[in-house]
Amino acid sequence: MGKVALGVNNRKYRMTNKRWTLIGLAFASPWIIGFLCFTAYPFIVSFYYSLTSYDLINSPKWVGFENYAEVMKDTNFYKAIKNTFFMAIIAVPINLFSSLMIALILNLKVKGIAIYRTIYYLPSVIPAVAGAMLWSWLLNPEYGIIDIVLRALGLPDPAWLSDPSFTKPALILMGLWGSGAGAIIYLAALQGIPQHYYEAASLDGANVWQKFRYITLPALSPVTLFQLIMGLIGAFQIFTESFILMGGAEGGPDMLFYAVYLYQQAFVFLKMGYASALAWVLFVIVILITIGVFKSSIRWVYYGGE
Amino acid sequence: MAKLKHSNLSTIQVSEKENKDIGLLVKQKILPHLLLIIVGSIFLFPFLWLLSSSLKSPEEIFKLPPDIFPKDMQFINYENAISAIPFFRYILNTLFLCAVNILGQVISAPLIAYSLAKIPWKGRNIIFAIVVATMILPPQVTMIPIYIIFAKLGWVNTYLPLTIGAFFGAPFFIFLIRQFIMGIPDDLLDAARIDGASEFRIYWQIVLPLLKPVLATVVLFTFMWTWTDFLGPLIYLNDTDKWTITVGLQGFLQDHGAQWELLMAAAAIFTIPMIIIYFFGQKYFMKAGSTMSGFK
Repeated sequence: MGKVALGVNNRKYRMTNKRWTLIGLAFASPWIIGFLCFTAYPFIVSFYYSLTSYDLINSPKWVGFENYAEVMKDTNFYKAIKNTFFMAIIAVPINLFSSLMIALILNLKVKGIAIYRTIYYLPSVIPAVAGAMLWSWLLNPEYGIIDIVLRALGLPDPAWLSDPSFTKPALILMGLWGSGAGAIIYLAALQGIPQHYYEAASLDGANVWQKFRYITLPALSPVTLFQLIMGLIGAFQIFTESFILMGGAEGGPDMLFYAVYLYQQAFVFLKMGYASALAWVLFVIVILITIGVFKSSIRWVYYGGE
Repeated sequence: MAKLKHSNLSTIQVSEKENKDIGLLVKQKILPHLLLIIVGSIFLFPFLWLLSSSLKSPEEIFKLPPDIFPKDMQFINYENAISAIPFFRYILNTLFLCAVNILGQVISAPLIAYSLAKIPWKGRNIIFAIVVATMILPPQVTMIPIYIIFAKLGWVNTYLPLTIGAFFGAPFFIFLIRQFIMGIPDDLLDAARIDGASEFRIYWQIVLPLLKPVLATVVLFTFMWTWTDFLGPLIYLNDTDKWTITVGLQGFLQDHGAQWELLMAAAAIFTIPMIIIYFFGQKYFMKAGSTMSGFK
């Protein structure tokens, strides 16, 4: 489409490339200014801060790589990493799977499907703060409805939010409630799969499972890649739920997630230099994970058509 | 049930005659609805429990086994929740932030998206690539220096740090609007260009009016993000009278930890605007979902 415009530009309406560039830059300038001031500059300067000791009051003091050395010895850092990876490795795939299952049932051709779609998506619009308050009531060990039902069924009734081995399953449960958001993205992709693929497969005698395995899953794989990456990055940003459920920044070690730990170091203890080092470690981890997932995706993502 | 098993063998195409088969009716009409209803009730139940709990008396809320429906609806819980904290103050503050952020995004994001979609200039692809890359940059990486910048400017404990970013366009919206503008035929713009219209006039008079549906999505999402933002107000706002509803609720939670009926009433009041907005703008949420599915 650029060509068409440039074609016009050559014939009738002479506009030099330089002029186009100026106009283009002018239109994009809000983003460019914002990017330079609030992304590029902070990104670079945060590396500088990570090499200093800085408490916001006194000016930054150069310490070289001392913060990083300290991070490597910090037991809380490892706790935060362990908890965060748990969510990334366990919760993210569970959530993806549940999103896919919900998308599949929302793709059923029945009357009133729009109503179901509305209901399934609804939890995704609930503010995290309200969601966390609601779930801390639902999961209350004595009076929470979930444990009441579990007791009535003769099942174990864990103290979800105080027993360290159940806090993360509680978060996973909360996450599952919101899996309608991922389902909507899957659903749009499902509806984009050409129907004749399935018809051809039926003629060849494929059963439901084979159609799912060899048509649906590969056709959805680019969306799975997208949601997987967004989910993994999201896992490193778990903050509000854990902050609310734990009643502030100083929760138990089992709920110490990376973003919470970083917040504590920066805004509770005002260790800006150390927190910046944590931020850079986070950045490197996220980049490595993203590259790893993209590399592995060559083997499992299929781009049809083009 | 034997018939049901038998009908499993049949393929997707169903003839009129087979459709009368009761087993097939069960399989194609009743079972899907049953499945959808069961899963749907799981999704819906926490909401109902929220409402039910918010209307119970302090005694009834701890009753075992619990009442599904409150015996005597305690609407006073809502009044008490509202008067326990400066609720209206928090709501006004939050609405103010929402309005400014919506204004900022609606001014900037389409302008930037237009440049990346329809202005033929070198470098727009690089800019677009960076826009997408920033979407995956964890905000924690830039959070501390940004805080330091605002602290040096003396903007901490003002609304500036929570609003200024909107005027530079959010990457997600730039992406969304760009995809939308790509669908506008070039001929339309070229015709105007040949007639000598300036690029800004083309943008203002031709493109912007066509963007209404996608701008509605931008408005809804900006409202939602601002309404629910917790970390931003937590970091930047110190004075309680400047607080937004999220930090206000968190404070309320810490003060009234065991008064579940009040907490649930507060959570319900906080959630209801989201639900109304969702019902009102549902198709825009779905639209954003389908755009993301094309994001490979």
